[in-house]
Amino acid sequence: MYTQGLDGKAERGVQSSPGASPRLVSAEDLHFQERIDAEEKIEPRDWMPDGYRRTLVRQISQHAHSEIVGMLPEGNWITRAPSLRRKVALLAKVQDEGGHGLYLYSAAETLGVSRDELVGQLLSGKAKYSSIFNYPTPSWADIGAIGWLVDGAAIMNQVPLCRCSYGPYARAMVRVCREESFHQRQGYELMLALATGTAEQKRMAQAALDRWWWPSLMMFGPSDDQSAHSAQNMAWKIKRFSNDELRQRFVDATVPQAEFLGLTIPDPELRFDDQTGHYAFGAIDWTEFNEILKGNGPCNRERIEARRKAWDDGAWVREAAAAHAAKRSRRALKKAG
Amino acid sequence: MMDPETRQALFGYALRLGDTSLVLGHRLSEWCGHAPELEEDIALTNVALDLVGHARLLLAYAGEVEGEGRDEDRLAYRRDVLDYRNHLLAEQPNRDFGHTIVRQFLHDAWAVELYDRLAGSTDAGLAGIAAKAVKEVRYHVRHSGDWLIRLGDGTDVSHTRMRDALERLWPCTGEMFERDSAEDRLVAAGIAPDPAELRAAWNARVAAVLAEATLERPADGWMQKGGRRGEHSEHLGYLLAEMQFLPRAYPDAVW
Repeated sequence: MYTQGLDGKAERGVQSSPGASPRLVSAEDLHFQERIDAEEKIEPRDWMPDGYRRTLVRQISQHAHSEIVGMLPEGNWITRAPSLRRKVALLAKVQDEGGHGLYLYSAAETLGVSRDELVGQLLSGKAKYSSIFNYPTPSWADIGAIGWLVDGAAIMNQVPLCRCSYGPYARAMVRVCREESFHQRQGYELMLALATGTAEQKRMAQAALDRWWWPSLMMFGPSDDQSAHSAQNMAWKIKRFSNDELRQRFVDATVPQAEFLGLTIPDPELRFDDQTGHYAFGAIDWTEFNEILKGNGPCNRERIEARRKAWDDGAWVREAAAAHAAKRSRRALKKAG
Repeated sequence: MMDPETRQALFGYALRLGDTSLVLGHRLSEWCGHAPELEEDIALTNVALDLVGHARLLLAYAGEVEGEGRDEDRLAYRRDVLDYRNHLLAEQPNRDFGHTIVRQFLHDAWAVELYDRLAGSTDAGLAGIAAKAVKEVRYHVRHSGDWLIRLGDGTDVSHTRMRDALERLWPCTGEMFERDSAEDRLVAAGIAPDPAELRAAWNARVAAVLAEATLERPADGWMQKGGRRGEHSEHLGYLLAEMQFLPRAYPDAVW
């Protein structure tokens, strides 16, 4: 699962942004943009502008980190899942996230960075991951809410990425999206069991919706007029729809689902607008989002600590595996020689 | 038609296997998100998924044999330590990756021999479950055995850690080959394999992997026993408290 618009400066590419002074455009730049405009896929060995490469490395690695850190809040309930069926489903889901991380790191590696380097950036705090995972999962209903809302929002973002101009990323996303949509249905089904269960279960479900609703809307990133990456990324077809368009789609799809559950979305301004045919919703409080990006979310420290601990505790294992592999190849050489 | 004593023995047998798979799968699932590398995170979770899957089949079958309307969740979530029948080895804490691998290999080497034979059981229910399980357990024993070799024959640090883990966990292995009167009955009926036969095969497999791992087989001294009769270590209570929290706290809820 992933969000857009996490950090940083806009990348400058072939077409400079409106108002900026015109740049010299090389023949390679022009040819590249023609290929993009013709919907051709860019492959690892193809020429590409540095900005395109940097943008993709940043986006794909942030996406990979988000999958890995995202294993933690859900992993929090694996040992406490309330039935064996739920336990197996949650284990399989968290494992899927690990798998997504693995092939996204591989996709990033096709752009000339190593996984170790990227993981190092995550552990040092230099690289960003999706802020949504800095929220806690205090109740079992959070597992349902994450599947329903967070994976639901991720799907809105990711389905267009299946048509991203960079081939390896687009192909990875096809599989990711298939699995995410399964997770989303699973999460909704979990919420349904709670919403139609005892009064205590329904209370858990409502409390989870109350906590996850606004953070899920924030997953789409800042409003279009505030978003640094949008114009260039649209031209490069890394991004196909604006943050606000995708957010609106998510709200339109999710409100009827909440109604079916008999749960209340925590937004007094939410209403269906007959004229636009869309749901209108209240203003997002970006102060909280920005604080979490700065590291002040409820779980920022825990998440990175958990990743660092796993990495540090595993150092002796990785060293031993490398030492053993070296011994084996020495023995094989000796035998052959 | 099965006589009541054999039925009771079969219930207990399926329960022991199911509990062992469940408790070990639970332990492995504690690694999810925290393993030494991403590939291993995925691999350990895979094994955990298989084990909990086996537990579901075995507990559901145990409930069916018992005939008192207990399903897999009733058996998993509403029994306390005294009624759990898993091996002591399975409930040992993860401690570090080395302990986890040693525990897993000692179990897998037993499980692969067991399910291989159990697939030919005269009891169709057990035979069906074992035939499915053995395919997965063959991968498990390769995975844990390969890691045992890598870490045993890796660095000095890893060798020492593996030696210590092996010594610590070895006393929990004797219980896997115990035989009581219920098993006598099942062995005689061709329902369960003879534990003595399992032990010989287990010994051979363990010896081969330990030799490649440059680790010495600990001596068979005093063995810790009792898990199969409901006499457990202090660890199991915490594991169950965590696992059973929701169904215990909300007894009327359906999840």
